[in-house]
Amino acid sequence: MKRFARLFTAIDQTTKTNDKVAAIVDYLKDSDDRSSLYAIALLIGNRPKRPVNTTLLKQWAAELAGIPFWLFEESYHVVGDLAESITLVLPPPTTGADYPLPDVIERLAGLPELEEVRKKEFIVRHWLELDADQRFVFTKLITGNFRMGVSRQLVTKALAKHLDMDESAVAHRLMGKWVAADETLESLFAERPDGTRDFQPYPFYLAYALEGEPESLGAIDDWYIEKKLDGIRGQLIVRNGQLFIWSRGEDLLTDKFPEFAGLANALPDGTVIDGEIIPWRDGRPLPFQVMQTRIGRKNLSQRQLKEAPLVMVCYDLLEWQGTDIREKPLQGRREILETLLASIKLAHGVLLLSATLAFNQWNEVEVFRKQARGFHCEGVMLKRRDSAYGTGRRKGGWWKWKTDPLTVDGVLIYAQSGHGRRANLYTDYTFAVWDDAGALVPFAKAYSGLTDKEIAELDNWIKRHTIDKFGPVRSVTPHHVFEIAFEGIQQSTRHKSGVALRFPRILRWRRDKSVDEANTKSDLLQLIAAVNG
Amino acid sequence: MLLEFTERGIFCPQADVYIDPWKPVAHAVITHGHSDHARWGMGRYLCHRDTEPILRLRLGPDIVCQPVDYKETVIVNGVSISLHPAGHIIGSAQVRLEYKGEVWVVSGDYKLATDGLSQPYEPVRCHHFVTESTFGLPIYRFPEPLQVFADMNAWWAANAAEGYNTVLLGYALGKSQAILQHLDPAIGPVFLHGAVANVNAALATIGKDFRGERITAETDRNAVKGAAIVAPPSALGSPWLRKMVPYRIAMCSGWMQLRGARRRKGVDRGFVLSDHCDWDQLNRAVAATGADQVYVTHGYEGPFARWLREQHGIQATEVHLQGTETTEDEA
Repeated sequence: MKRFARLFTAIDQTTKTNDKVAAIVDYLKDSDDRSSLYAIALLIGNRPKRPVNTTLLKQWAAELAGIPFWLFEESYHVVGDLAESITLVLPPPTTGADYPLPDVIERLAGLPELEEVRKKEFIVRHWLELDADQRFVFTKLITGNFRMGVSRQLVTKALAKHLDMDESAVAHRLMGKWVAADETLESLFAERPDGTRDFQPYPFYLAYALEGEPESLGAIDDWYIEKKLDGIRGQLIVRNGQLFIWSRGEDLLTDKFPEFAGLANALPDGTVIDGEIIPWRDGRPLPFQVMQTRIGRKNLSQRQLKEAPLVMVCYDLLEWQGTDIREKPLQGRREILETLLASIKLAHGVLLLSATLAFNQWNEVEVFRKQARGFHCEGVMLKRRDSAYGTGRRKGGWWKWKTDPLTVDGVLIYAQSGHGRRANLYTDYTFAVWDDAGALVPFAKAYSGLTDKEIAELDNWIKRHTIDKFGPVRSVTPHHVFEIAFEGIQQSTRHKSGVALRFPRILRWRRDKSVDEANTKSDLLQLIAAVNG
Repeated sequence: MLLEFTERGIFCPQADVYIDPWKPVAHAVITHGHSDHARWGMGRYLCHRDTEPILRLRLGPDIVCQPVDYKETVIVNGVSISLHPAGHIIGSAQVRLEYKGEVWVVSGDYKLATDGLSQPYEPVRCHHFVTESTFGLPIYRFPEPLQVFADMNAWWAANAAEGYNTVLLGYALGKSQAILQHLDPAIGPVFLHGAVANVNAALATIGKDFRGERITAETDRNAVKGAAIVAPPSALGSPWLRKMVPYRIAMCSGWMQLRGARRRKGVDRGFVLSDHCDWDQLNRAVAATGADQVYVTHGYEGPFARWLREQHGIQATEVHLQGTETTEDEA
C-alpha cells in the first residue's frame, strides 16, 4: 500500500494533468496485476462499502489521540474530512509497515462480519503501524468518500498508454460495476468472446453547453433538435435474453424499473438504446420530484408504480444486432431506432421516440428555448446529423442549450463550513425569503456560484457577523442578498418554507439590494403556480 | 486588573500603555513587526531593538520609537515592563508587566520550534498569561522544521533538474528569511520578490544579511533558470508571477497542514512551515508559565480555552480581540 499511497500523494501534489497521468503510468508499470486492478478500481471510483460506522471511528481516534470527543468534533469541523482529521490527530506511527493494497481492501470488505472489538483491533493496529500517507489512504478506504483527484478521462489516458490500447476502447472496458477480485488485467482489457460481458454499457456521450450564438453551428438543416428532458439518462441493454439498465452514474438500475422488464423479450438480442428515463403521463413528463420519491425506495409499492409510471424517451441506438454502430452517422442510427420502435408493439408503451422539433431558423429555436418550461422541458439538445456517438464529454457533435433559470432574491441567514478544498471556509449557505408575518424563512441551500475571491470576502464577513453557533453552522446577521437561480420549483411538505427547488445555486451577489428588497414566500407560491400551471 | 481587553487593544491603565493597539493611542508596546500587530498612528512605540528598522520601513522613518533589549526593564508609573524572546520572528517579544507582585505576560505571536534566526522563545513565569491560539487544535502538529527544509531543497533540486523554476511563497517578514537561511546554495541561484528584498534591506541595517538577488525589470531571465524565487503570498496570481514561467510553486505556511487549504491555493506543493506554535507547543508553553489564569486570543479561542479548563484545571477564558482573524497568507 506504500506505493499506492505514494501515487495518491503524487496526484495530490500536482495540479498539472500530465504529471498526474505520468504518475499513474509509473505506478502501473511497477505493480503486479492484482495491485493494478485494485488501484484502477479505486481511481475510477469503484470504492468499497463503509465497513464501520463513523461514530465508532471518531471515538477510537479520539481515544488514541488522548483528546475528548468534543475536541475531535471541533477539529473535524475545521478539517472537513474525516479520514484527514483522524490521520492528523493520531500519535506518530510506531513502525513503517506495508501491506499489499488488495489484501487490505479484502480484509476491510470482510470487516462487517467481525465483532466490534475485532474491528477495532484491526483498524487501530493499522492506524498505529502505517505512516501518515498510508494511514490517510487506509482511513479513506474505510470512510468511503474516496476521491483521488483524477478524472476518469485521465485514468483512461494512463491505462491506454500503459496497455498500448485505444482510449475509447479502454473507456468502454472500464464501464459497469466490475469487481477487482473477479478480474485480471487480461480478462478486463483483452478482446473477449461474445456473451462474457453482456452487462457492459458503452461510455455515455456527453454534450457541452452552448455558449455562443447557434448561428455559429452553421446551417440548421444539419442538426437534429430535440427537447432536453429532465429525467435520468440511461442506457438500456438487451443481450442474450437479458435486460440491463444503467444510469449515467453507472448504477445498475434494472430492478428499480419493473416497467421495463418485458423488454428482455420484446427487443431483439444485441440492442443498446440511449435515452432519458422519466415519469410520464397523458403524453407529457411529470415533475422530477415524482421520480425522486420513487428512486430512493428499495421496494416499490403498486401505488408508487401507478403514481410515477416511467418511460424511456429514446434518442440513440448504439448497438444493433450485436454490432457496435457508434461510428455510424447519427442520421443512420436514428433511422434504425425509428424503425425498431415502430415495428415492435411494446404493449406497455414504455419506449417512446424522442421527437425531433422542426424549425426553419435558429431564431425560432431561441424562442422555443426561452419558453422551454411551457413545453415541459429544460431546453433543447442540438445534435449534428452526421455525428458519431463519442466517448465522454466532447465538443462539436452535440450541444445542450438550456433555458434561462428561474431566479429569486434571498437573504443569507446561515453559513456552514465546506469540505475538501473548501474546508475551514464558510461556503455552504442557507437563504431565506420573507413570510407574511415578516419573518425570514429558509427556502434554499446553495454551495456554488461565487468566485474564490467572493467566498473569501464573505467568509471573512460571516466570521465577524455571527449571531450564534450550532456545531459547524453559524447564523449570521441578515444583511446580504443573493440572486438564487434554479431549474424548477415545487410545493413540498418536507421543507419548512413549503417549497422545494431543483438545482439551486448562487447567480450573483446583489450588493445593490437591501434585505427589505428580497423576495417573499408569496412570490415563491406565485412562481409555483406560474411554472407548473 | 493590571490589563484590560479594550476596543483599542490590550490596555494597562496603571502604566497608560497599550500592547499592539489597532487604533491610535499615545503609548504603544509592540510585540513584533507584522502589520496586524504594528500599526500606524501611535504617539510613541516601544519595541525590541531588532524590530525598530522594520517599524521604520513599514510605518515611516519619523515615528517616535524607543528600542530596548530583551529583559531590559522600563518602569512606568510603578509598572515594570520588559520584553522577552518570543521566537516568532526576528525581534519578536513577549511583554512582561509586573505591578505590586502581580505578573502578566502577553505572548504576542510566538513559537517554541527554533528557526535558526530569531532568538529562541524563553518561558516566563507569571500569574496571568495571554496566549494566541492560531493553531490551537490537535490537528495541528507540525513536522520538524529541519525536515521541512530538507524536503524543500529536494523539491527545488528536482524542479531544477526538470527545467522548472521554484517559487516559494512565504510572508515577506519572518517566513521569507527563514526560507532563505535554509536554502542550499549548491542547488542554484536565489532570487527575491521586491517585498522580500525590501525587508532584507531593512534587516541588513542591523547586521542581518540574507542571500538572494532582487528581481528587477533588468534581471536576465536566463539567469533565473532553475532558481529558487522567494515571494510573498500576494504574488500568487499576479502578473509578476507570470514572468517566472516555467515554474512550480509552493506555499509555506502552517495552514498547509490541511489538504483543503493547500488545494484552495492551487499551488503544487504546501510546506508546513509556521512561525506560530502548534498544538503541542501551545500546551507546553502554557504549562511552563505556571499561570493559573490564561486568556486565549487569536484563533481557536473557544476549544483551546475549554481544553485548558477541562484537562489542566486552569482558569482559561476566551478573549475576542477585534480585527484579529488571521488570514491564510500569514502564519
